[in-house]
Amino acid sequence: MDAIILQILNGLDKGSAYALIALGLTLIFGTLGVVNFAHGALFMLGAFCAVTLSQILTLSHEVIDDTRTDFLGNPLKVDVPYVYDIFGQAAGDTIIDWAVPLGILFAIPIMAGIGIAMERGLIKHFYKRPHADQILVTFGLAIVLQEIIKYFYGANPIPTPAPDAFIGSFDFGAMLGFDPGSIIYPYWRLVYFLFAMTIIAAVFAFLQFTTFGMVVRAGMADRETVGLLGINIDKRFTIMFAIAACVAGVAGVMYAPINSPNYHMGMDFLVLSFVVVVVGGMGSLPGAVAAGFLLGILESFASMSWAINLVPGINQIIIYLVAIIILLTRPRGLMGRKGVMED
Amino acid sequence: MSNSEISRRRVLKTGAATGAGLALPTIFTGAAWSAGFTNEPTGSTVTLGFNVPQSGPYADEGADELRAYELAVEHLNGGGDGGMMSTFSSKALQGNGILGKKVEYVTGDTQTKSDAARASARSMIEKDGAVMITGGSSSGVAVAVQALCQEAGIIFMAGLTHSNDTTGKDRKANGFRHFFNSYMSGAALAPILAKNYGTDRKAYHLTADYNWGYTTEEAVRSSTEAMGWETVNTVLTPLTQTDFSAYITPVLQSDADVLVLNHYGGNMVNSLTNAVQFGLRDRVVNGKNFEIVVPLYSRLMAKGAGANVKGIFGSTNWHWSLQDAGSQAFVRSFGTKYGFPPSQAAHTCYVQALLYADAVERAGSFNPCAVDEALSDFEFDGMGNGPTLYRAADHQCFKDVLVVRGKENPTSEFDLLEIVEVTPVEQVTYAPDHPQFGGAEATLGTCNPGA
Repeated sequence: MDAIILQILNGLDKGSAYALIALGLTLIFGTLGVVNFAHGALFMLGAFCAVTLSQILTLSHEVIDDTRTDFLGNPLKVDVPYVYDIFGQAAGDTIIDWAVPLGILFAIPIMAGIGIAMERGLIKHFYKRPHADQILVTFGLAIVLQEIIKYFYGANPIPTPAPDAFIGSFDFGAMLGFDPGSIIYPYWRLVYFLFAMTIIAAVFAFLQFTTFGMVVRAGMADRETVGLLGINIDKRFTIMFAIAACVAGVAGVMYAPINSPNYHMGMDFLVLSFVVVVVGGMGSLPGAVAAGFLLGILESFASMSWAINLVPGINQIIIYLVAIIILLTRPRGLMGRKGVMED
Repeated sequence: MSNSEISRRRVLKTGAATGAGLALPTIFTGAAWSAGFTNEPTGSTVTLGFNVPQSGPYADEGADELRAYELAVEHLNGGGDGGMMSTFSSKALQGNGILGKKVEYVTGDTQTKSDAARASARSMIEKDGAVMITGGSSSGVAVAVQALCQEAGIIFMAGLTHSNDTTGKDRKANGFRHFFNSYMSGAALAPILAKNYGTDRKAYHLTADYNWGYTTEEAVRSSTEAMGWETVNTVLTPLTQTDFSAYITPVLQSDADVLVLNHYGGNMVNSLTNAVQFGLRDRVVNGKNFEIVVPLYSRLMAKGAGANVKGIFGSTNWHWSLQDAGSQAFVRSFGTKYGFPPSQAAHTCYVQALLYADAVERAGSFNPCAVDEALSDFEFDGMGNGPTLYRAADHQCFKDVLVVRGKENPTSEFDLLEIVEVTPVEQVTYAPDHPQFGGAEATLGTCNPGA
């Protein structure tokens, strides 16, 4: 039982990342009708926002320490962060320690800017083009973004730890009355799950309860009619693209402590997230979220030893297997709407 | 008229015969015939092929390898401070190139893919006239390129490749490896693990699902089991896996008290990070502190894993903090030129380039069979890791192996690993027909000089 609970927790955690990426993908597809293969790259750019802020906060000037030597035997050059000079060492250390959560504030304007630039500069020229063209151009963009990151940050993963207060794990099993130590769960993964739930709720609330959201939903249903009412729907859709980019970006920022960011992490998530979107139903926000968590949990269970022993390789195909079964039985996905991608 | 025609025909015949006669010596002194080996250098230069990952997940490692090769070329041509040429026990190298020919080089990008690496090596052999290929950062690539060089009649000086198979079941007469291997890691690590963690341990292995992972798991498992450890489970993990939490959590449910991560590069960085996140290092199982082991370390990987490597044992081929004269000379040259210490990948590539050049000098020929003869059972010193033997039976170098541990209090971004044991070469030496290396069936074959 404790193993099952642990894998469910794992699945929720993995599903959080899938759901956040799929949510952004669905927002873009639902509003603009664009299949954005660069969305995984936006997730990766978010993670590198955390890396960049961390590097900015640790920007240092050198102080020579004559009492010690470096690897060549020369007097040791000690790096002293500029934040020490501004805030003092104790406050400076705290700011550096909280680089990842602060990275959210750093990433939002950057990701919004990137989103707007992408939509206005490239994507809008492909609105009326076939989905195949959209996939090709956005996939190409994803590769360009990936290579730019590799050029500046290298190919190796860059450790980006969570604040000290969230490092380590807690005994979830003892809380539920199981044997102590049987269900251990990392603090930051719980933070990530709660964060994902908050973002998902915020996006739904925004679309459901604000005038802006109402107009966007109306535009998603009938773009031309909303335009005829004198509403600049294009501007709102651009903003929705920026919001989707921000969702992917902050998802990447908070994911950085879970797995050290590297240049191809976006691609690692992209294909799976697309499967999530298709399984959930193209254009369905609740479907994307539900499918994200469902496939995350199934993937976790499929990675257990007994499952691999029973069906070798099941851990690598489970998501695609489930996708085939769901699409055979429900061609529009779990919560797909009629007409979407059926033209 | 008739006389004139006969005369003309005779002139033509005579001219053709004379031409053929004059051309004959040229044909026999041409590259294809006289020396009888591929890409014999005929001018004042010799071209070496550096085939390293310049893109893909090991690109940073490849960049460090390339830096080392460029440094080696500089030293071979008489530039810089000469690096390890001054400490190398063989004194054949004079800093005037190789056999008086200035060393030039071409580079290729393996992309850490066997097919791309072979294509790149083939291009360097066929288009650039490279007489030797060196480099790598993956055993799959090394085995593939080594086979190509064997077919083409080119020497392959393997760079970073740790699988037993490179000089085991896939060994080739034209291929040579300075780097250590999985068996040596297991043999060096096991006694240190037993000493620090005891002989009554239960180990759980997570293993990268490819050639290197299999041989490393087999080597570590057999070495630790010989010390009394029990292996409770071994699980293969996909190379493409980035989040290992689903593989880590079953460890919590098992009665294992040691987790062995047979992972390399990004896989190791992520699996170790996940293992630490799930509190494995804080666990007490069977009355013992839970421990994690990483059989193959590199400084670049340790940097990626950050503070998670602290206190974790592993093995490495070489480390910049070694105090022998050769290592220090290399660190000084490399550090002065590039501003940071070299990685083990850089070290093995630099040494391989110098060893090849030295073998050619001693043999007096670039002919692969002459090089083979010069390197086989060649004993040398002054290149780090103490006295070293290039064993003739499998073209594997035998030298001391380092056991390292993630440093608790690093003083710089380079100071991540500390050497806890220099395992004597005798302890890591095995018979050429060892079962982990292809048994009695594994042979080098014969050297192929090519054309």
